[in-house]
Amino acid sequence: MKNSPILEVRELSKRFGGVHALEKVSLDLHPGEVLALAGDNGAGKSTLIKTISGVHKPDEGTISYDGNQVTFDNPQQARDHGIETIYQDLALADNLDAGANVFLGREVMKRVLGLALVDRKRMRNEAADTLKVLDIRIDRLDLPLRSMSGGQRQAVAIGRAIHWKAKVLIMDEPTAALGVPEQRKVKALTRSLKQSGVGVIFISHNLVDIFEVCDRIVVLRRGIVAGERLISNTNPDEIVRLMVGG
Amino acid sequence: MPESIRRFSTVVDTLTATEVESGRANWLTWLAAARAWLFLAILFAVFEMWARFAYHTTFLFNPFNVQSIAVFAVAPLLLALGQTLVIISGGIDLSVGFTMGFAAVVFAHCLNLTAGFLGPVGSFVFGVLVALLASVIPGLINGLLIAKLKVPPFIGTLGMYGVARGIAFLLAGGTTVPVSNNILAILGNGSIFGFPIIVLVTIIIVAVMHFVLSQSRYGQHVYAVGGNRQASLRAGINVARNTIVLYILSAICAAIGGILYTARFSAGAAQAGEPLLLDSIAAVVIGGASLFGGSGTVVGTIIGALIIAVIQYGLVFVNVEPFWQFVAVGVVIVISVLVDQSQRRVGGGKVDEE
Repeated sequence: MKNSPILEVRELSKRFGGVHALEKVSLDLHPGEVLALAGDNGAGKSTLIKTISGVHKPDEGTISYDGNQVTFDNPQQARDHGIETIYQDLALADNLDAGANVFLGREVMKRVLGLALVDRKRMRNEAADTLKVLDIRIDRLDLPLRSMSGGQRQAVAIGRAIHWKAKVLIMDEPTAALGVPEQRKVKALTRSLKQSGVGVIFISHNLVDIFEVCDRIVVLRRGIVAGERLISNTNPDEIVRLMVGG
Repeated sequence: MPESIRRFSTVVDTLTATEVESGRANWLTWLAAARAWLFLAILFAVFEMWARFAYHTTFLFNPFNVQSIAVFAVAPLLLALGQTLVIISGGIDLSVGFTMGFAAVVFAHCLNLTAGFLGPVGSFVFGVLVALLASVIPGLINGLLIAKLKVPPFIGTLGMYGVARGIAFLLAGGTTVPVSNNILAILGNGSIFGFPIIVLVTIIIVAVMHFVLSQSRYGQHVYAVGGNRQASLRAGINVARNTIVLYILSAICAAIGGILYTARFSAGAAQAGEPLLLDSIAAVVIGGASLFGGSGTVVGTIIGALIIAVIQYGLVFVNVEPFWQFVAVGVVIVISVLVDQSQRRVGGGKVDEE
């Protein structure tokens, strides 16, 4: 990678009581790169992404975004900078339509007779435009999300991140719990995000998915970086060895 | 997480089912959406026929009957308005009935205490303001308990049910507080072009609440919090503030109910809202809201409240033992929820695995 990193994590440590969840973890993420974060359960993946996305505060170490050192007091601040996280459970309101979900907490208002009204039509249209960029077709945008498939819902979650011009997108197990065709769709989406210059952190247990969409992989084991490889220079066996410490 | 996996696979499964049974799903969805209107129409039809065959008169086309039903519906509807928003957000407010009684007693005392030196208009305005402000106290406490101290809404507002009940009876000295005020008499029993003033006041409050819920950002957030609280938090919605405002709104609606009660009966009573708590929840549920949160509308609640009022008034009209109204309202609630459940089962909502 020639371009400078969009995200630099340096010597990050996080402890919960006596448990060292993260110990001097460093990683870089470049624009247009898909970085896999792998590791067994309890290796520290969740703690790491929660620290990057502003849920936890690090005990030691720094995070730099676009060359400037940053500290986030809450997820909203991280999001305001352009770090969006797609959680495993998607964080969507199933009873609302795609437009309302893309604009959740940031609703577009219109003024009618001096009153501020929620502009559902505009939110729907803008959401449709964003989803079109991602090459996702949803027939009925006025329906609540609960009537959509898992892949469509995942697409709305990704669409929300993209609509707000995320430069760093953290995807936590994006293909888990999806059917095979929908997994394929999500992987295609990840590649198109990469082409538009977004840096993606892709957390997965599934090595097949990782080898399919990622450029580089960082393996965590018991809170430390067990290894970092270019996907083109490694193989699943080596990654498994790094994960379990063989 | 296994929970999210289960939710996903359920959604996928129900969607496949939907494709197969799309015909059935369509008319069930339609039936569920229109069920409150259908109930209301059926009730009117039944009472109309009953009136024609048994008494050779009309039920629906008698303005007096329509007016009486509207007056009947006022108090439960006002309680149900705040309750609608609370239930959509995934909560419940059990304290509305006694908040209404508490406000009614406070209002009556204010009128009596200030009648001598503020005059009828002055003491009326003062009384309304004090009653509304007083109702903010139980609403705020409910909101703080639920939003900040994480007390389950059922328990927090059940506690307030007891506290408001006790305070209201203590303030009233265990009896009703009669009042005499010209303005109040006009509000309670006057009408404009045949429309009772208390009904007109209620229509205004209903319009305001409908606007807040369906058009404002606040209302949108109420739906979001009820749909997925965690998602709302992550999206930066101030869920705690939203919740506190909800319970205050609910208490204010109840207080307006208490003021109108005092106006209608020229007396404030601690037990003014006692029988209305279940009616208010029933109106919301019959109107299409789910007790799990995330769905419901003010229009639905209006229909729900009208259904209950028509049952209550209609049974008296046709001279049936009044106790049958409890049976009828209970049956309507259960049927209403059953229709909703079966619609969810084929329509791709959250359902249990079987």
